[in-house]
Amino acid sequence: MTWYAFLGAVEQGLVYGIMVLGVYLTFRVLSFPDLTVDGSLPLGAAVCAVAITSGIDPFLSLFLAMFAGFFAGMVTGFLNTKLGILHLLASILTMIALYSINIRVMNGPNVSLLGQDSILDPLIGFGLPGYLSSIILFSIIGAAIVVFLIWFLHTEFGQTMLATGDNPRMITSQGVNTHSVIILGVGLSNAMVAFSGALIAQNQGAADVNMGVGTIVAGLASVIVGETIFGRGGIMRAVIAALLGSILYRLAIAMALGMNLGGFTFTPSDLNLITAVLVVLALTAPKIKARFFS
Amino acid sequence: MMLSLKNIVKYFHRGSVNEVLALQNVCLDVRRGDFICIIGSNGAGKSTLLNGLAGCFFPDQGTIVLDERDITGWPEYKRAKFIGRVFQDPLLGTCATMSIEQNLALALRRGRFRGLSAGVRRLDRDLFREKLRMLDLGLEDRFQDAVGLLSGGQRQALTMVMATLVRPDILLLDEHTAALDPKTGRQILDLTERLVEGMELTTLMVTHNMHQALRMGNRLIMMHRGEIILDITGEEKSRLQVDDLLARFYSLKQDAFASDKMLLV
Repeated sequence: MTWYAFLGAVEQGLVYGIMVLGVYLTFRVLSFPDLTVDGSLPLGAAVCAVAITSGIDPFLSLFLAMFAGFFAGMVTGFLNTKLGILHLLASILTMIALYSINIRVMNGPNVSLLGQDSILDPLIGFGLPGYLSSIILFSIIGAAIVVFLIWFLHTEFGQTMLATGDNPRMITSQGVNTHSVIILGVGLSNAMVAFSGALIAQNQGAADVNMGVGTIVAGLASVIVGETIFGRGGIMRAVIAALLGSILYRLAIAMALGMNLGGFTFTPSDLNLITAVLVVLALTAPKIKARFFS
Repeated sequence: MMLSLKNIVKYFHRGSVNEVLALQNVCLDVRRGDFICIIGSNGAGKSTLLNGLAGCFFPDQGTIVLDERDITGWPEYKRAKFIGRVFQDPLLGTCATMSIEQNLALALRRGRFRGLSAGVRRLDRDLFREKLRMLDLGLEDRFQDAVGLLSGGQRQALTMVMATLVRPDILLLDEHTAALDPKTGRQILDLTERLVEGMELTTLMVTHNMHQALRMGNRLIMMHRGEIILDITGEEKSRLQVDDLLARFYSLKQDAFASDKMLLV
């Protein structure tokens, strides 16, 4: 792997890592497999891109994207809890609805941000090369969100969210309305995913309605790779492992794409297959280990 | 009267071939400080009665009044402010992936707003330590351990502490020793008596064990086919023997048998 490919993978791992932290919140904390993210990642990108092209500050537009994602997640939570639709199906419904909504938001399938302001400008202004400034900025943002999430999961409400995912009957008998917790939790998760999408749009210089395809698989793969390698003991460890898992996942993908096996090379269209195999391997690794190494 | 159930009717699978009349016009007045043991055969409606009180479902008819408030339409999480519960399954009352102190902290905020302050506070730990020491299981030195590492009996003991950490107006115990081995079950019953007497808790306890039902509490209720068919209090209860209960039980069975026979003829 070249140095540039390596840095590129780290950068992708960090910026998508914020999405992975959102997926961790639903998948592991709430035990809610949430496919909304395939729609809320481009939603965040779309809202952010449209905001910037209409002259809104790039920083402010990130928050607009977050609000949009929060709302999309709340819709999924509402469909699941109040209308009693299976969580997986509820999230698929929101996801496909978002496809249409995203095209409406952008008034077309994509919006270019070429020549527009971005949150990377101040750093580039210091004379840093583009690829380094994005890695530095995304590291800071990623670390900040990791700290936020660790703090949040240790608050009264965060602990209630963990309990809702672990044992909903118990936490109900302790006086908690699990419906509200799920709606807010899925909302918060998708706010993070949309935030990630907005950063990606600013970094890539475009928002596209199809940029969200496979987000959930990449998110799950990253969470699981992180857990497999760094372990699951404790909230702090699990949250950090999710972000690092995202970087490892992007590195693994970059390595697979750079491989050359006697003339055979992987193409980007093979990514989904590689990811699926990676998730299966990571999920079965503990069983295989127990069977052959004990 | 502290708690009053009036003409509670509950059907399950209403309108289908599997329709079951789970509670048949149940009326029950509970005085403050009552410790009521509820017995009855399988499907008699004991657990349904407790679940109905806790708000797991809403009755088809009837009203539930607690301290002059009509709580019939209150959802479970809202009633939890007044109700402490221990389930039959020791795994149901605690969160396995969370630590002992985190579980206790969740219980300490039963019925209260949960905001963004620290989930476990340093000051709370003294209270937790004191409560866990009472169990004599050494849990007070294992605050950080995940509850999933504990045995069923230890988890049930922890659930008992959690259900009473904030004094409940009503404590509901649903065969809370049935899934434990006899020795552990006895320990949990001892703990139950200590907590109920020490805090003077109003308690409803479902049990399959007639000896337990006779020995514990000041009041005994027998249910059959969704009805309360026996309600004995105080002096009369203390004179009651297992044989009396059995006789009552068998006469019921025969009634049921006789009516089935009549249908056949």
